[in-house]
Amino acid sequence: MKNILIIGANSAIAKATARLYAQEHCRLYLLGRDSAALAEQRQDLLIRGASEVDIAPLDVTHFAVHEAVIDQAVGLLGQLDLVLICHGSLPDQELCQNDFDAALEAFNINALSVISLLTHLCRHMMTQNSGCIAVITSVAGDRGRQSNYVYGAAKGMVSRYLQGLRGRLFPHNIDVVDIRPGFVDTPMTEHLPKGALWASPEQVAQAVVKGIAKRRTTVYAPAFWRLIMLIVRCIPEFLFKRLRF
Amino acid sequence: MKLSSWGRYPISDSTECRPRNNAALAAALAQTLHTHSADSSCIARGMGRSYGDSALAPWVHTTTALDHFISFDENEGLLRCAAGTTLENILRVMMPRGWFLPVVPGTWHVSVGGAIASDVHGKNHHLDGSFSQHVESLRLMLASGEIQQCSAQENPHLFHATCAGMGLTGVITDATLRLRRVHSSAILQRTLRASNLDDVFALFEAHHDTRYSVAWLDCLARGSALGRSLLYLGEHADDEGFSPIGNSRVSVPFTTPAFLLNRYSMSLFNSAYYHKPVRNALEQRIEAKQYFFPLDSIQHWNRLYGKRGFLQYQCVIPDATALPAMREILTRISDAGKGSFLSVLKKLGPANHNLLSFPLAGYTLALDFKFEPAILPLLDTLDQIVLEHGGRLYLAKDARMSQDMFRRSYPRWEEMAQIRAQTGADRLFHSLQSRRLGL
Repeated sequence: MKNILIIGANSAIAKATARLYAQEHCRLYLLGRDSAALAEQRQDLLIRGASEVDIAPLDVTHFAVHEAVIDQAVGLLGQLDLVLICHGSLPDQELCQNDFDAALEAFNINALSVISLLTHLCRHMMTQNSGCIAVITSVAGDRGRQSNYVYGAAKGMVSRYLQGLRGRLFPHNIDVVDIRPGFVDTPMTEHLPKGALWASPEQVAQAVVKGIAKRRTTVYAPAFWRLIMLIVRCIPEFLFKRLRF
Repeated sequence: MKLSSWGRYPISDSTECRPRNNAALAAALAQTLHTHSADSSCIARGMGRSYGDSALAPWVHTTTALDHFISFDENEGLLRCAAGTTLENILRVMMPRGWFLPVVPGTWHVSVGGAIASDVHGKNHHLDGSFSQHVESLRLMLASGEIQQCSAQENPHLFHATCAGMGLTGVITDATLRLRRVHSSAILQRTLRASNLDDVFALFEAHHDTRYSVAWLDCLARGSALGRSLLYLGEHADDEGFSPIGNSRVSVPFTTPAFLLNRYSMSLFNSAYYHKPVRNALEQRIEAKQYFFPLDSIQHWNRLYGKRGFLQYQCVIPDATALPAMREILTRISDAGKGSFLSVLKKLGPANHNLLSFPLAGYTLALDFKFEPAILPLLDTLDQIVLEHGGRLYLAKDARMSQDMFRRSYPRWEEMAQIRAQTGADRLFHSLQSRRLGL
């Protein structure tokens, strides 16, 4: 039985992952914006076998409350075996490139809030000398593309941050897992046309659970994205800048 | 966007919404109602596993995001869950704890809402009836956005119109199901070979008391071998053995050319399948998933029928003349050389009180035909045979039945139309199928 803190628990990937951990009888603490949805999920997870489920509201863009919220979670769970950070938004690239306020908001949600939460979390986790931090980033963070570079830059920032943090926490026996999903069919991407590369949140959740269990550092979900992104990263910049994607 | 269901025929141009909660669903219904386009009707959709056009409309409200468990009474086995919850989801959680769904169709990739709306039946219909007979109660969102609770006792008219109602009374938001206690996740299966149609009918009658029974039939066999089949009997094992349910990985990655399925390949397959080594009547222990959902182990098997998709033809014929009627149907099919890979014969129990429920005391035969214009006249001929014998076609499989055939074989359609008018459903809820059938 593990103690798991999930931030952004109403995201489709978080929900699907929480269900898998519930079936392993884990104890869960869910943080998310929509309290009614959290309460609904709490019931669901208890029926699925979670040993205990607590919920609390959190708007990740209110940085000021982060410390108190994390303290409260630690107070309740004691040991944090796994922290899963899942919140995010898909900003409108066109809006963001013309309106800095929109871009700032996208960075606040997708990057700075994660860094703020990790800052407070690390203090606690370093004292326990065990555990795992897993963050949902994105394949979009692997390279800036003109069609989606604000989101990509934010997710890429988190990936870089995690790289450094991984080294810092290594002596403390804490795993840092960077989970990079490809296209996932969730409410966040509801408006986009779907093709063969799209995965379901359940598929990603399985990759998340497996990656964490195997103590991987970077998990591409589904796994074929590792190859795709390897190729994308290898394209020379003089060519890449001419590509319209 | 282009949308189709499991048979991949027909294809509709639809706008799909996936509401995340009941408030969003109500808002989506209101939006549809106030859209001033030529046809602003909508229908609820679950996993899209009906075969034809029952879950297609200009606006489609997909319930896959409404998939949470709401409550579970461990003593009574009463599970309340949102309508988009799939049977797979329920079984993966509940089977290891000793609970099974009282009725399951041939795939577990269906939602609870869809199972109720189609009033699906399973291999135990002759003893346990259809899915909705194990629904304690359900909640239905009407065209107005108002939610009504109904059950066999509370609002029974609405309940019996909604069960088997093909989504035409409103959108089911959640339901309470009565689960069955089982003592193992395994099924004890016996396979019996029947050399012709008389034989398999006799075997069905002889094994009436067996919980589960279904026959796979070689629909291309002719003459004295007409209707030769393998009858699969099953009972829940009783040995406290619960193994975890595995994941299948086999998938048909792309649509294969339809010409691969022709009378020669099908005849070869059917013959080989019939002659496969079977230890007659010997009891085998297999996992429930394999017994109930063999085709679920091949993802996207519908792609085998090619780009144009396929039609599923499922009819039921009342007991009195089931044997001669089935003989006539099979003769017509083998004469035309239009076989199907999967021909399934099953004995059904008595009909229930639902207005548009398919099952009735008799025998049902289900066949797949790849879509081609030449198939339509053959199916029209089969329709005539079904009508002559007082039978009908399963709405969840249908993509082509005529309005006349529907009205003659579902005599309670007028009551359905009345309830739709009373609740205002006829202003909003239409599928391509309901338009075609004049409901």
